[in-house]
Amino acid sequence: MIPTTYVRLEILRTVRNRRFFIFSLVFPLVLYLAVVGANRHTHVEGIPFSLYYLTGMVAFGTMIAQLSSGGRIAAERTAGWTRQMRITPLHTRAYFATKVLTGYMMAAISIVLLYAAGVSMGVHLSAPKWLMMTGLILVGLIPFAVLGILVGHLVTPDSLGPALGGGNTLLSLVGGAFGPLSTGRVYTDVVKCVPSYWLVQAGKSALTGNAWPIEAWIVVAVWTVILIRLAAFVYGRDTARV
Amino acid sequence: MRDNSGVIAEGLHKSFGPVKAVRGVDLNISPGEVVALLGPNGAGKTTTIDMILGLGQPDAGRVTLWGMPPAEAVHAGIVGGMLQTGTLIGQLSVRELVTMVGSLYPEPLPVEEALSLSGASEFADRPTNKLSGGQTQRVRFAVALVANSDLLVLDEPTVALDVEGRRDFWVAMREFATAGRTVLFATHYLEEADQFADRIILMARGLIVADGPTTEIKAKVGLRAVRATLPGADHGALATLSGVQTVEIHGDSIVLRCTNSDLALRALLPRFPEARDIEVHGAGLEEAFLELTEERPELDSVDDRAEGPQ
Repeated sequence: MIPTTYVRLEILRTVRNRRFFIFSLVFPLVLYLAVVGANRHTHVEGIPFSLYYLTGMVAFGTMIAQLSSGGRIAAERTAGWTRQMRITPLHTRAYFATKVLTGYMMAAISIVLLYAAGVSMGVHLSAPKWLMMTGLILVGLIPFAVLGILVGHLVTPDSLGPALGGGNTLLSLVGGAFGPLSTGRVYTDVVKCVPSYWLVQAGKSALTGNAWPIEAWIVVAVWTVILIRLAAFVYGRDTARV
Repeated sequence: MRDNSGVIAEGLHKSFGPVKAVRGVDLNISPGEVVALLGPNGAGKTTTIDMILGLGQPDAGRVTLWGMPPAEAVHAGIVGGMLQTGTLIGQLSVRELVTMVGSLYPEPLPVEEALSLSGASEFADRPTNKLSGGQTQRVRFAVALVANSDLLVLDEPTVALDVEGRRDFWVAMREFATAGRTVLFATHYLEEADQFADRIILMARGLIVADGPTTEIKAKVGLRAVRATLPGADHGALATLSGVQTVEIHGDSIVLRCTNSDLALRALLPRFPEARDIEVHGAGLEEAFLELTEERPELDSVDDRAEGPQ
């Protein structure tokens, strides 16, 4: 059973959070328009810069959307609200599913806005390619949804800003959201083990018409499993401490 | 499956590291009872409540709520509660927050009813993070009420309230409880337990030291002490004075613990007119607990009588 009223109000809470809007929506959008506006006809790695940078900013914005679930969880834990929820009929699974769902809703808003900006900057893709890119991004976000839950049980609201902002920027940077960092072979191999790399690569895959290589699926799956294990561990530790 | 057995706890134990917070608690609360869990800080009230609600796992013993383990009963919507600590989540109005919690229960109270019962109607449109301490407490009460559950558990519900707020709170609670609801509340005020509970369960040092109808428990813990200076006091003579329960003699000073200090004073002065420096004061809960627990030597045999967590 999906607790629809609960989900609706949870989404409402998220939309009302100004910090989320600035970091997840406004910041990547402004950055995209500013950077691409000045370089719209150039190519990077054989890809039009307007598309290349679009996927980078989509990765940045959607990652924040997912990780910010962690912020809400941390705040609810500190407020003692998590304990209050645990004595309602809401299942723990449904509680976390709602957080993930909310993260995806926010990611979807970020995607739509940035796609619109991309189109305005001359990005041309066929409908199937838009769909493939979007599908890969949504799959690529799974480990970040779990990471949000994990972080939500580790940080305090005080350290939340730096932890999420810094973590997200680092992941984006390493993943190549702001452009490739290095073309060295060792570096490239290491970076391919980071899930944010494949999130950024979703756009490139869409352009070439080839979905992710098998290693991308493996990286996303392995990270998801590891993070779920860790999240379950910290959740258990958190609730055992009454 | 669900039956009508109410709250049953058997042999509950819970330690936090070296601190034995609960050391063998048995409870049996029938549906419809309004029960106060009374005890000083560190008595193990919150730890017991957490185990009843399934928030904490007992080290030993078990709990059933209407025949079900706590987790199952919670998922069935049998339980509503107000925990001791906690604030509200933001980005919602009071009404939205109460709606959110109510929507999780199978048969919630209408939101407006929960708001008016708890006295939160006036500020129902205010954001939850723009409330005073007393208002926050009312909203927390509304969140517990909207569940419309068979069992309502309240852990020190009036701690943040002023006198007026307290009175309003208990009036609302009474109104809610008259519908045959089962209410279990923790408090360290004898007065609250006396006025609002049908039955008092007294806890001290992780154990239940008394359990019975409110009047009976009040007679036990509602003692007054008469202190006086009386050189050469005769223990036997003092003990026979009406209203006196126990007599202590420390050199020239005496302490009479009285079930009725007025009677005791009237009897004391004619027989011992030389008594002076007379003081009468309520024994206080802490003192009453000490008295009750002193009658039970097994309580003192435990070395680590450290305070349990709140």
